Amino acid sequence: MTNIKYLLRIMVVISAVVLAFAWVHIARLAAETQTVQNPVANQGHEQVIKITVKRFDYTPNKIRLKKGVAVTLVFTSLDRTHGFNCPGLGVRTDIVPGKSNTLRIVPQKAGRYEFSCDVFCGDGHEDMSGEIIVED
Amino acid sequence: MDKGIDRRDFLKLIGIGGALIVMDTGRLAGAADNKMAQDTLSFIQLSDTHWGFNDPKINPDFAGTLRKAIAQINSMKSQPDFIIFSGDVTHTTDDPKERRRRMGEAREIIGGLRLKNVKMMPGEHDAGLDNGEAFQEYFGTTHYTFQQKDVNFIVVDNASDSTSSIGDTQLQWLSAEMEKLDKDSRIVVFTHRPLFELYPQWDWWTRDGAKAIDILMPYKNVVVFYGHIHQEHHHMTGHIAHHAARGMLFPLPAPGSVPKRVQIPWDNDQPYKGVGYRSAVPKKDAYGYDLTEFPIIKV
Ligand SMILES: [Cu+2]
Ligand SMILES: [Fe+2]
Repeated sequence: MTNIKYLLRIMVVISAVVLAFAWVHIARLAAETQTVQNPVANQGHEQVIKITVKRFDYTPNKIRLKKGVAVTLVFTSLDRTHGFNCPGLGVRTDIVPGKSNTLRIVPQKAGRYEFSCDVFCGDGHEDMSGEIIVED
Repeated sequence: MDKGIDRRDFLKLIGIGGALIVMDTGRLAGAADNKMAQDTLSFIQLSDTHWGFNDPKINPDFAGTLRKAIAQINSMKSQPDFIIFSGDVTHTTDDPKERRRRMGEAREIIGGLRLKNVKMMPGEHDAGLDNGEAFQEYFGTTHYTFQQKDVNFIVVDNASDSTSSIGDTQLQWLSAEMEKLDKDSRIVVFTHRPLFELYPQWDWWTRDGAKAIDILMPYKNVVVFYGHIHQEHHHMTGHIAHHAARGMLFPLPAPGSVPKRVQIPWDNDQPYKGVGYRSAVPKKDAYGYDLTEFPIIKV
C-alpha cells in the first residue's frame, strides 16, 4: 500500500514538472509566432504592417520602413473612430471600427516622420502618436 | 493727442496699475487718451483656460490662475469693449456629467468679470467629444458674428467637429456672412485652431482651413486671432495676419521644437511664465492691430 502511494506521489511530481516545461515552451513558441506575424507579414511581394489602434495608442507605434520600398499599413480600431495623420509623408486616413482601413506608402526620403491621431477621441488624445522611421 | 504715445503704450498704462513697466511716461497724456479710449475699439483675448486641469507639476495654481487674470482685468481703469475666451475653456473629460460641471464652474468664475460683454467660443477640449452639445448648453452658439464700433467680428468654430474641420455647412455660412461686408471693411475672425498649417503633426491646423482662408482672401483688412497652441505666434498668409494667444494655464513648446508636444512644466523661479492674456486695439492709420501681452502677476 505505502509503496503504491509513494509511486503515485512521484508520478504526480514528474507530470507536474513535464507540464511546466511544456507550458513554458509553448508560451515561448506562441510569442515567437506573434512577433513574426504581427506586426509585419508578407502578402505577395509587398510588405504589410498591421497596426492595432485603440484609445490612446497605436501598436506598434514605432514603424521602420525602407526608402523606396512600398508598404501597406492596415489599421484596425478596437474601440471608436480614430485617425492616422502623417503630414511628413503626406498621408492620412480615418480608422473606423469594423472596417479595414489601409494606406499604401512608398517613402521617398529617409528620416523621422511623426504621426498622430487627428480625430479628437478623449482625454489622452493628445498623447496618441508615434513615428515612422525611413531608412536608406 | 500726443502722437508719441500709441494705443499699445496707453493700454499698458491703464493696464494693471503700475504692475507693468510704463513706457513713454514723459509723454503721458491723460484726458486726451481717455477720450480716445472711448472712441477706439479695444478687446481682450483670453484663451485656453482649461478649467478642470489639475496637474500641479504643470501649474500648481490651476485653481487660481484664471481668477487672478479676472481680478487683473477688473482692475483696469478703462474697460475694453469686450473680452473673448477663444476656446478650451474647460479641459476635456470623457465623462459628460463632469464636462458639464466644469462648464458650470468656468461660467461662474467668468461671471466675476466687471465687464459684461463676454464672448465665448469652444476648443476641441470643450466640444470635440460631443460636437459642442455641452458647450452650447452653457455658453450658447459656437459660430456667430457681431459688430463692435467699426469692426466686424466673425467667430468660426473649428473645434466641435472632431476631425479638426470647419465643415461645408459652416463654410457656406462664412461665405454668406463675408458677402455682406465691403471688401475694405475692418474684419476680425476668431477661431480656436490656426486656419493655416502651422504644424499638423501636433494638430496645429484646420483640415479645411485653406477653404476659409480662400473666402477671406478678397478682403483687404482681415485679421485672424486664435488660441489652441498656448503661445504667442504671428504668421501671414498673403496679407492676412494670424495671431495666436498664450494660454491661461500652461505654455506649449514652439511648433516642432521637441519630439513630443508636452506641456511645459511650472518653473518656481518664474511662476506663470508663458501664460497670460492680451489686448488688441486697431492701428490708427493702418491695417492690423496693436497687441499688448499681459502676464499673470503673483499676488
Ligand atoms: Cu485646443
Ligand atoms: Fe488648449
